[in-house]
Amino acid sequence: MSIFGQDPEAIGKFAASLPVPEFQKPSLNISKPLHTAKVAIVTTAALHQDGDGFELNDSDFHYETLSRQARNLKLGHHSVNFDRGGFAADLNVVYPIDRLEELADIGIIGEVANNHYSFAGNQSASVSEIRLDSGPRCASEMHKEQVDVVLLTGT
Amino acid sequence: MCTLAHVFEAAGLSTVVLTPLRAVAERMSVPRTLYTDFPLGLSLGKARDAQFQSEVLLAAFELLKETEGPVIRDFPVRVSATDGEPLVCGLPPRLNPDLHPAVDEAQALKSAYDRAHQKSNKTSVGMRISAEQIPDALAKFVKIAEGEHWEDLGFSAASIYGTVHDIRTFYEELACELAEGPIAPWATEQWFYAQTEAGAIILKARRAMRDNQVAQSVWFGLAPAGRE
Repeated sequence: MSIFGQDPEAIGKFAASLPVPEFQKPSLNISKPLHTAKVAIVTTAALHQDGDGFELNDSDFHYETLSRQARNLKLGHHSVNFDRGGFAADLNVVYPIDRLEELADIGIIGEVANNHYSFAGNQSASVSEIRLDSGPRCASEMHKEQVDVVLLTGT
Repeated sequence: MCTLAHVFEAAGLSTVVLTPLRAVAERMSVPRTLYTDFPLGLSLGKARDAQFQSEVLLAAFELLKETEGPVIRDFPVRVSATDGEPLVCGLPPRLNPDLHPAVDEAQALKSAYDRAHQKSNKTSVGMRISAEQIPDALAKFVKIAEGEHWEDLGFSAASIYGTVHDIRTFYEELACELAEGPIAPWATEQWFYAQTEAGAIILKARRAMRDNQVAQSVWFGLAPAGRE
């Protein structure tokens, strides 16, 4: 038997069978030029700092705020079925904060946001909580900081 | 993640999603998606490869030029979960023959874990137990492998899951300290279960729980699906 997380066919079947909410065709916002844009990362890897964290179940829809300087982060996405060694070796493989800093230093992006955000990947089937509550609140936080572009990563 | 992209785009922000699950992005009409054929857990593809990670980001940001969505573009490089170099990571010799090999091993490796923690300034150990408690936790799994009931050792379903998480994380983090260079996808997991005494005893305990008719919901998640 193959290891599930190493088997693209099994993962593909799993992804195709996942119940997902339906969305209308989106209207895309046109960002200001990238070299002038402020960029934030939002990850669903449940990253958090010591003392914070996420519940094991799918009812935890809150988000954690990660300061631009924070590197002492814990990987809260704990599933045994994905590779965790990559994060152990290099947090940028999940949360590319150092890469953003480098892109800002050479002028490819305008600015790195002071705050970034982390959610748990496992959410309720309806995802109504992050659609109506924590997601819009997180967007509001980013607007306050005048973020232009959001890079979303998972695990 | 895909839902959040819709929420943020509706709020006026420009978004781009990195995902290895193309089918999900398609079905959810995600505004802008860079499909990355990378193993789960590796959004940027390759740990300790800054150039590769930057190339992924630049490909993602290219999508910001798109004005009509949903749009999905494929990142041209695939990263396999199984084709990487195996982890070369030495294990300590037996120090205390009175201890079970897994307990002895974990005690001997604590200094490597401490170095890893100091160097990276991060650790994901602590979901249930601390690094100091790893040897004692392994001693409990020795007893489960020998037939003791898991609940008699003080575990709940949640705590046994979290304890195994912490043991595996302890080993994977110290392995990254002991091994030089890139860490291939799944290399630390393979090393943990195939080469360490700790991985072996957890698998043995898991099999014992299965054979003793423990509820699957308790033992199944103690190792990756398909790992025997």
